Amino acid sequence: MSILLLAVFLAVGSFGAGLLGALTGLGGGLVVVPMMTLLFHIDLRYAIGASLVSVIATSSGAAAAYVREGYTNVRVGIFLEVATTVGALTGAALAGFIPTSALAVLFGLVLLYTAYRSFRSPEDHPTDLPPDPLAVRLRLNSTYPTSTGLRAYSVQGVKSGFGLMFAAGILSALLGIGSGIVKVLAMDRRMKLPFKVSTTTSNFMIGVTAAASAGVYLHRGYIEPALAFPVMLGVLGGALLGARILAGARTLWLRRIFTVVVVILAFEMLYKGLTGGL
Amino acid sequence: MTEPRQEPSHMVLRDARDQRVEQIIGKLLRLGVLLAALVVLIGGALLLAHYGHLPANFHEFAAADGALRSIGGILSAVMRGDSRAIVQLGLVLLILTPVARVALTLGAFIIQRDRLYILTTSIVLALLLYGLIWGRA
Repeated sequence: MSILLLAVFLAVGSFGAGLLGALTGLGGGLVVVPMMTLLFHIDLRYAIGASLVSVIATSSGAAAAYVREGYTNVRVGIFLEVATTVGALTGAALAGFIPTSALAVLFGLVLLYTAYRSFRSPEDHPTDLPPDPLAVRLRLNSTYPTSTGLRAYSVQGVKSGFGLMFAAGILSALLGIGSGIVKVLAMDRRMKLPFKVSTTTSNFMIGVTAAASAGVYLHRGYIEPALAFPVMLGVLGGALLGARILAGARTLWLRRIFTVVVVILAFEMLYKGLTGGL
Repeated sequence: MTEPRQEPSHMVLRDARDQRVEQIIGKLLRLGVLLAALVVLIGGALLLAHYGHLPANFHEFAAADGALRSIGGILSAVMRGDSRAIVQLGLVLLILTPVARVALTLGAFIIQRDRLYILTTSIVLALLLYGLIWGRA
């Protein structure tokens, strides 16, 4: 296959990944790496480099839209970014020592977990729990807009949330994904932030986390221009279109289709990882 | 449902100011991404014109060309008109957008004289620049 033909295929595939990722809220980065490695037999390191770049593009591209809604908690985001950036640099350091087959297995497990989570709907937390004393000292408690005006919320489990964010940073660097699923898990389940605040603050953090390891990978030569450019432009285009048609779209059946795709990719990654075929 | 506790009004004001700053930052980020995408698009088109006919061989990892792996190398290769370096320049611009977001957030905390978050944001910014400039982890 010529470089031109591969670029066309990658751009089309990445566009689909970005579109589905935006429409389902599961993120496009998750399927870019399996697509590149399983379908086009591209080395995992190049795939991770290209995927990280596309993750930054969607996170920063969506930032303006999210912020307008007024849900992002900047203090929570910045505080947790200390954990995710340290995690990302740790992951980038570890990446050189972990065999590709082990990374493929880890990737398969993360895909399976994402599919499992996508079937569970978010629950709303009581907002009147006494806050974590650490949250008070760090001034993390805030307000968010509801139909009846600004509503105050307090932040729980600061320490365990911080720890999970470190893990999210490692995963992001090792697998080239935004690991939004782990970030939302930390903020939604552990820190008990309102769901809208968790998802928008997570998006705020994804680009910063990915930038930490992308800088390191650029120096290591993981970012190959002939591969990164169609992937970045494709995912970005798909994500921007997805965000535009998202309003009012019925996404339940799309979510189901996407979940099935994710499960198939998960087993394929596990199989290739365990048999050393990647 | 219980009523949310009444927050002191200065806190709501602080949130409103935070949100306004964030909105400006969000718009700048979007501009940054569009600029990066434009540079990548130009570089990508030139890359395909020059190398598009060559066979793609990315099954085995062979780190990208040395000149394309550092910011200095990329800039000097762009000056020579290397299409691959133009793509990399766009990607570096893209990596810089979240870095710029953190830097602008730092500026906002400096204006607010929020010492705790000036420190926190500086740590994040330092870690990002460390990875990007020295490429070590």
